[in-house]
Amino acid sequence: MIIDHFPVLVVVLPLVGAFVTLLAGWADRRLCFPIAMATTFIQFCISLQILSRVMQTGPLHYNLGNWLPPWGIEYVIDQLNGFVLVVILFLCVLTCLYSYRSIHSEIDEKKIPAFYTVFLLLVTGVCGIAVTGDLFNLYVFLEISSLAAYALVALGREKRSLVSSFTYLVMGSVSACFILLGIGHLYIATGTLNMADLARLLPPLYGSTVIQSAFIFFIIGLSIKTALFPLHLWLPDAYRYSPSAVTVLLASVVSKIGVYALIRILFSVFTPAFIIIEIPVMEVFCWLAAVAIIGGSVLAIAQTDLKRMLAYSSVSQMGYILLGIGIADNLAVTGGILQILNHAVMKGCLFMIAGAFIYTSGIRSIDDLRGIARTMPLTAAAFVIAAASMIGIPPTAGFMSKWFIALGALESGQWIFVLVILASSLLTAIYFWKVIEYMYFRDPGTRCAEVVSTARDPPAGMLVPILILAAACVLFGIFVSIPLEVIEPFVTGILGGI
Amino acid sequence: MDQISFVPVLAICIPAVAAVLILIFRNHPMIRESWTILASFATLACVLSMLPLVFSGAEPYAALFQILPGLSISFRADAFALIFALTSSSLWVLNSFYSIGYMQAHHGKNLTRYFFCFSVAISAALGVAFSADLLTMFIFYEILTLSTYPLVVHAESEEARMAGRKYLAYLLTAGIFFLFSVLLTYFLTGGTAFAPGGILTGQGSALLMMILFITFLIGFAKAAWIPLHSWLPSAMVAPTPVSALLHAVAVVKAGVFGIARVVFYIFGIDMVSALGLGLLLASIASFTIIVASMMALTQDNLKKRLAYSTISQLSYILLGVALLTPSGIIAALIHIPFHAFMKITLFFSAGAIIVMTGIENISEMKGIGRKMPITMLMFAIGAIGICGLPPVCGIITKWYLALGAIEAGQLIFLVVILSSSILNVLYFFPIISTAFFEKPDVDTGVHEAPLFMLIPLTITGICSVLLFLFPDWPFLTLVTIAEAIITGSVLP
Repeated sequence: MIIDHFPVLVVVLPLVGAFVTLLAGWADRRLCFPIAMATTFIQFCISLQILSRVMQTGPLHYNLGNWLPPWGIEYVIDQLNGFVLVVILFLCVLTCLYSYRSIHSEIDEKKIPAFYTVFLLLVTGVCGIAVTGDLFNLYVFLEISSLAAYALVALGREKRSLVSSFTYLVMGSVSACFILLGIGHLYIATGTLNMADLARLLPPLYGSTVIQSAFIFFIIGLSIKTALFPLHLWLPDAYRYSPSAVTVLLASVVSKIGVYALIRILFSVFTPAFIIIEIPVMEVFCWLAAVAIIGGSVLAIAQTDLKRMLAYSSVSQMGYILLGIGIADNLAVTGGILQILNHAVMKGCLFMIAGAFIYTSGIRSIDDLRGIARTMPLTAAAFVIAAASMIGIPPTAGFMSKWFIALGALESGQWIFVLVILASSLLTAIYFWKVIEYMYFRDPGTRCAEVVSTARDPPAGMLVPILILAAACVLFGIFVSIPLEVIEPFVTGILGGI
Repeated sequence: MDQISFVPVLAICIPAVAAVLILIFRNHPMIRESWTILASFATLACVLSMLPLVFSGAEPYAALFQILPGLSISFRADAFALIFALTSSSLWVLNSFYSIGYMQAHHGKNLTRYFFCFSVAISAALGVAFSADLLTMFIFYEILTLSTYPLVVHAESEEARMAGRKYLAYLLTAGIFFLFSVLLTYFLTGGTAFAPGGILTGQGSALLMMILFITFLIGFAKAAWIPLHSWLPSAMVAPTPVSALLHAVAVVKAGVFGIARVVFYIFGIDMVSALGLGLLLASIASFTIIVASMMALTQDNLKKRLAYSTISQLSYILLGVALLTPSGIIAALIHIPFHAFMKITLFFSAGAIIVMTGIENISEMKGIGRKMPITMLMFAIGAIGICGLPPVCGIITKWYLALGAIEAGQLIFLVVILSSSILNVLYFFPIISTAFFEKPDVDTGVHEAPLFMLIPLTITGICSVLLFLFPDWPFLTLVTIAEAIITGSVLP
């Protein structure tokens, strides 16, 4: 039955798609978009099917080439990665649709086949990370997605794109080294790379320094990937100088898959007992996340460029996910995982809007956005909704994840983090409200009065994904029970024991 | 006794739907304005239709959906809620006509945004009134903040933008405190639903309860108690209909209404009095009453003087709540509609003067009473009412408030009430004497405002008198029902 092969299809399909795109691009550049679009859309349908099967029958196991684990590579899909897979593919489909119009104005015409090819390779990488149950396989896919991401950042027309791509590459490689070292240590100590097998073999070895240093390596490596506060320096430039569609991918797909890998390693390879009792690393983690939440917001306030502001806001919002995980309480982890979805949707929407401003008027700076709500009403309205969600105003999605994380912090008696979350909402309100005030309540500045007055809402190809995501910001807030249904079994599965 | 009914939800939805229709018909001013009028009548009808049920002792209740166990979006139209809802929705009808007249005479810009935000704000105010739990209330409370912000900065001048920033800085920060309180309540009790007598009894240490009470108070900064008041005078930069309905009725009353809800339905009278929190609230309220009245004395700008008067009058409601006695509760609840009718008359008159003469300062209003006799007569009625003199409804509040102070054995508050009345006279009567008895410097051909403005302000002025003559229908009846539920006594 083909349905049994869905876990591997979701990875193989974009890989094949990438090659087909490359070949088709040779013949006719216009073929690239439909192929990429069809591939991601089919993948999205497959991922939905996988998730519904996981919800009905429990985790799916798929043995690659029929080699039995732990010798062969095993793909395991439980509620968490089923959920993450759906989220990232949803964003991939919308980004692909969005890119059709936006990418033409941002990169050279002849690079378009290359863009879609690399795009699909990136999708291959992230889907691979999401489905695999093998630690080394995870590393391989992490590298595939990272390499693809470096290439995509470098596609930008500005010189600085190359520089920021290079910085990204250096930081990414450092992170990859740490992760590889961690994997090596674990392999030396246990002789296996299968996650389930590791989880079984590791507990007796928790006292060993080899295992503990492996754990630290993983944490450092993945912290760079997810741009945890002091290690975030590569992020603002990479986000700022990429083509808009690529920024959306980086912010809502690549960063999310890094967090997923972190959760997987923290909770499925190691056990909560280890991370909470053996090494009090979660304490450190929470504080770093708190610094990220506040620091990212403060830096965002200082920005004059819209995309950079959003990038720093990402640092802050990713801090929420890590804080939720760090508190390691049922409710907080639920909130953290919920934030994966919510942040992907909100930030995807906001970066698409930033791209829409660049597309229709070339405006990048917040100052120049004055009065643009009059000529781009729908885009501006979507911005308000997504911003309200970022601030955490109910009944938007952003409120729900903050609610859960704060509740978890209360439940575990860590009041200080409740205050951090609330204070950060205010800081977020400051920098988003500035943009809203400029868009709605000011006359266009003299410098770009003409550009602003002739701007129009972007074409449907860009507007539709923006509006879908803005609607999702509200819908996932009101119907929060839908994602919760998926997340809760996973969270009780891993944390129910303590 | 709960009775499943979606009428409260409908009442909240009508203005929200009207807001969407206003957006759709943005290019047809006549149709756009008629949606506002239609919606205001429909909303009023909807609220009125619930009165018989509530009089008979039932409470329309609807739970829309559950987010988590103990956490749902739910609405209940009890007598307490209807007091606020009926006040807002009935005044919205008049205000809609007044808005149209004011904006036509003032050649207002961005009217689609104005009417859109106005409808959303009313919807949110009704949401605050009807919410049956803290989370629902919080949601609508925040929507109310955000939807009124564009109205404050409506003029788009630098002054308006600064006022807008102050508005958000105060109210969003307060919202954070509110959210914290909701979180803590949910954490302590596992639910946030309102229940007469409170839900927090025995759920935490006395210190924790005091902290929670204070964070709630800060959260309801919309009640404009000193020192969290300074956003309100700044917000007077908004068009007058906004100041009249939102910053004298819907927004600020949402604040005091919230405090009353929390005191009676979350903490419960017993706990508040056992912890001495009633005295704390009463002290804050007394301080605000006196200080705000004194500040009102120093204002020459009429709208600002009215704003300080609002701050002082809102604390009458808080004082009534804080006394925790039956008469105090009646005074607090009855002052919600009474103050609304009187203060909206005052603002409507101020707006009429601004539109017809462009004068905003009291010192320039010499002899205006002869040019605009009806407007100034209504202004005088409103002013007399606020001072607590017959034959206007304000005296009923003062009567019950004084009774409440005596019941509570706190005669000091009697002194507060009386001295505040003197201050009220001091800051209102100079306006009336300037308007009627001084000669204008130059004679200009000023006449009464257009009928769209004059009729609403006459109606609210007359209503203020009628409410003194017939307080029972419907407000005092609702108030006695609500008071009986809150104190747990048998229904009359």
